[in-house]
Amino acid sequence: MSVSVSVPTILRPVTKGEKTVSAEGTTLAEVITDLDSRYSGLGDRLVKNGALHRFVNIYVNDEDVRFTGGLETAVTEGDEVTILPAVAGGSSTGGSSTGGSSR
Amino acid sequence: MLRIPADMVAAIVAHARADHPDEACGIIAGPAGSDRPTRLVPMTNAERSPTFYRFDSGEQLRLYKQLDAADEEVVVVYHSHTATEAYPSRTDISYAGEPQAHYVLVSTREPDSDEFRSFRIIDGAVDEEDVEIIPAAPDVAPASTSDVRAESDLVQS
Repeated sequence: MSVSVSVPTILRPVTKGEKTVSAEGTTLAEVITDLDSRYSGLGDRLVKNGALHRFVNIYVNDEDVRFTGGLETAVTEGDEVTILPAVAGGSSTGGSSTGGSSR
Repeated sequence: MLRIPADMVAAIVAHARADHPDEACGIIAGPAGSDRPTRLVPMTNAERSPTFYRFDSGEQLRLYKQLDAADEEVVVVYHSHTATEAYPSRTDISYAGEPQAHYVLVSTREPDSDEFRSFRIIDGAVDEEDVEIIPAAPDVAPASTSDVRAESDLVQS
């Protein structure tokens, strides 16, 4: 299954400046593995400890994959995958309030 | 250096004051490559928190598609700190994902005075920059900017 992947500005140095790249896979995880095989280092920017990195949002056909199964979200031929930087921050130095503080 | 029209500074401060004590956030778009902030877009803080902000992910996607279609980019990312100084926190630095953007911070901790400062945040390094406030452009109407916030959010507030 071939899908198109839209790459944000901050990751374009990894994709040799490409704004849109194509990739193969039946799940988002497979798509990312395929991308990483050609654009080395991209996987580490998107996935951490087996889960979607908190610094990025990934959408499959405009649906945030955090609500559709994360990395296991299925993709089919012609789907559009969009990667955006999560725009977030704040005065707390303890990380995301949704990130499960250890204290 | 950030050059920004006075009416946009006023609008950002007003947004920050309105959402206090929660953090307020948004962007100013401009023509791609121009480094010129021309269109203010307030965003929903999906966290609705006094210590954290995050753009609502659906709203953000709609915004970025609009920008792409109009050949615009994010020139300014702004947010407020409501109990601390207008300086990027470690969290702000870790998330900073728009290398071309000016990161504007506003502090609303003092009821009678506003701190408005701008930074570049690239690869974890913070550089404060000067802010030059310029007269509002007569041909730009920032008050009538498009609003990508979901209707349900607007009704709730």
